[in-house]
Amino acid sequence: MSIPIIEAHNLTVVYGRKPALWNVDFKLPEKQVIGIMGPNGSGKSTLLKSIMGVVKPTSGFTRVYDQELEKVRHKVSYVPQRQEIDWDFPASVWDIVAMGRYQKRGLFKKLTSEDKDIVTDSLEKVNMLGYAKRQISQLSGGQQQRVFLARAIAQQGDLFLMDEPFAGVDIATEEMIISLIKDMKDAGKTLVIVHHDLHTAQSYFDHLVLLNTRLVACGPTSEVFTDQILTDTYGGRLTTIAKISQEMENKEFPMRHK
Amino acid sequence: MNFWEHITTFFSAENYTLFVVSIGSGILCFAAGVVGTFTYLRKRALIGDVISHSVLPGVTIAFMLTGVKNPVYFLLGAISSGLLSIWIVDYVQAKSKLKPDTILALTLSVFFGVGIVLLTKIQHSGNAAQSGLDSFLFGKAASMGMLDVQLFSVIAVVNVLCIWFFLRGFSLVSFDENYAKGLGFNVSFLKSFLALITVVTVAIGVQAVGVVLMAALLITPAAGARFLTNSISRMLLYAGAFGFLSGVVGVVISYSGTGMPTGPWIVVVLSVFALLAILFGKKKGVLARMRLRNANNIKINNENVLKDVYKIAKDGKNTISINDLVDQEKYAIAKLKSILKRLENDNHLDQIRGLIILSDKGRLAAREVIRKHRLWEIYLSKYFQLDADHLHDDAEGIEHVITPEIEKELIRLLERPETDPHHSKIPY
Repeated sequence: MSIPIIEAHNLTVVYGRKPALWNVDFKLPEKQVIGIMGPNGSGKSTLLKSIMGVVKPTSGFTRVYDQELEKVRHKVSYVPQRQEIDWDFPASVWDIVAMGRYQKRGLFKKLTSEDKDIVTDSLEKVNMLGYAKRQISQLSGGQQQRVFLARAIAQQGDLFLMDEPFAGVDIATEEMIISLIKDMKDAGKTLVIVHHDLHTAQSYFDHLVLLNTRLVACGPTSEVFTDQILTDTYGGRLTTIAKISQEMENKEFPMRHK
Repeated sequence: MNFWEHITTFFSAENYTLFVVSIGSGILCFAAGVVGTFTYLRKRALIGDVISHSVLPGVTIAFMLTGVKNPVYFLLGAISSGLLSIWIVDYVQAKSKLKPDTILALTLSVFFGVGIVLLTKIQHSGNAAQSGLDSFLFGKAASMGMLDVQLFSVIAVVNVLCIWFFLRGFSLVSFDENYAKGLGFNVSFLKSFLALITVVTVAIGVQAVGVVLMAALLITPAAGARFLTNSISRMLLYAGAFGFLSGVVGVVISYSGTGMPTGPWIVVVLSVFALLAILFGKKKGVLARMRLRNANNIKINNENVLKDVYKIAKDGKNTISINDLVDQEKYAIAKLKSILKRLENDNHLDQIRGLIILSDKGRLAAREVIRKHRLWEIYLSKYFQLDADHLHDDAEGIEHVITPEIEKELIRLLERPETDPHHSKIPY
């Protein structure tokens, strides 16, 4: 592997007493489509959030392009989970996608006509230009997801972190997103995608991270998408980890004795 | 003296005090409306209540420490205890398993309880300066001193300018906090700054309407404004305008009679504005939705009657007797007559001496409805495996909903079918 685009070292995130991620270690290659998979509550979203600096790690760290996130943040576009947002917010589709330009312009500078061209292009890429003036509460789930993608594209980053972009979208949108992802990969972008559907995993991803609070496996899809590893991730003995986490939370055990 | 005379006296120079007080209250309520828009959008309506009740101990402690009724000291005390209450709410929420509503209710009552205890203590202390301190409970806009009003107005204007300056940041944080963090913005600064502005606004607003009604001043304008617009800058503008008008009108009304309270009147006027917005709001308002439902009913009735006329008249003819329709016993006669009248006015048909003559326009419209009905039946039977006898009822409702775009899509999807599941021809 050349320089890893994302590296996690001993990454541990604890909410209250409950570990969401536990000593996770991995390196991800550049210019690939990478899937992050695991059962519900296995820390997939938390992983993306800690890479983005949204959640502070309890211990350990992550690096992007072998640097601190702050130095390369402008290269990273984040697509949060659509369901975490209240879409009954007074804003149009255009307003939301324009947020993708805020990083470049900061909190106070006006958007230039170049920015507006970029917003227009991004909307066109996800087939939503006709909806630019639409109030966001009127969008379907698939359309909301397209708007979030357009916003990330408008950031013009090289690395895309997407949290469940396929959750609750229609087939047309799923096909559109996957072809967009292929195009982006061909253009040299790296995509890290939280995903939950095992059936499509093999066709969508070059590389997989399998999580169940701890890292179960990380490697090329052809190597890690095996029955054994999937059983380890989704069922069987590793759910012990869930019981331990619950026990730590209930009885307020510390992660490390100081 | 009648109301009009009041208005003229009100704006004359003799009544300078009241003029200033009403404009001052207007500005306070304007600021509360603007700042409260973000409280509303962040779904923190109850936080407004917590802050306003929590300023009371701050005010009383400020008085106990200084022994004078100075608005600056009161303001500092109010702001400190308001901020403390927010900090406690956030801290307990992060560290405990208590539910947010429990935390809010507990914080509110503890602060307010302490405030009332201190207030009672002061009132029984025999300090002559204390009289009027209890006006913090229900506000005292009408008796506010000129200096108070000027001081508060300046602070309110500064607050609104801050909101205007940080509009982008505050909107971003209110809509999608995680994304804002992902972009690298200092979200905790933005949130604290917004909290500070809110506390300061509440601290001065309390002087006008009192702690009990302050939350209404913060939330009601935004709730009303939301029904009028889908743009955040316009929402801020409307909420501010609601606030300002209520402040001015509330003071004027309370002045027009003896012994009428100011704060409650401001809140009553504000509620009337909000109610009007909810009723008459262009898109989401109650009346707009009633109009929409009414228009839908008209469309459904028109299309159903046209369809029936077309079906009875078929075989190339276009004339039927009105009795044929009556005999179906689908419609009450009076209703049928009004529907036919409407269709005649739209040139869909003509009525002469008990006969109904379908025009070309009416004919096309009828065929369109029948086409949509049958296309929908095919779609249902193809994709949802419904039995043939369940198709009709469903299509009877959906035929009115299908737009030209959806119809095109159906035709493409079904590859322009010739007959429906009941072997009837599709009229293209």
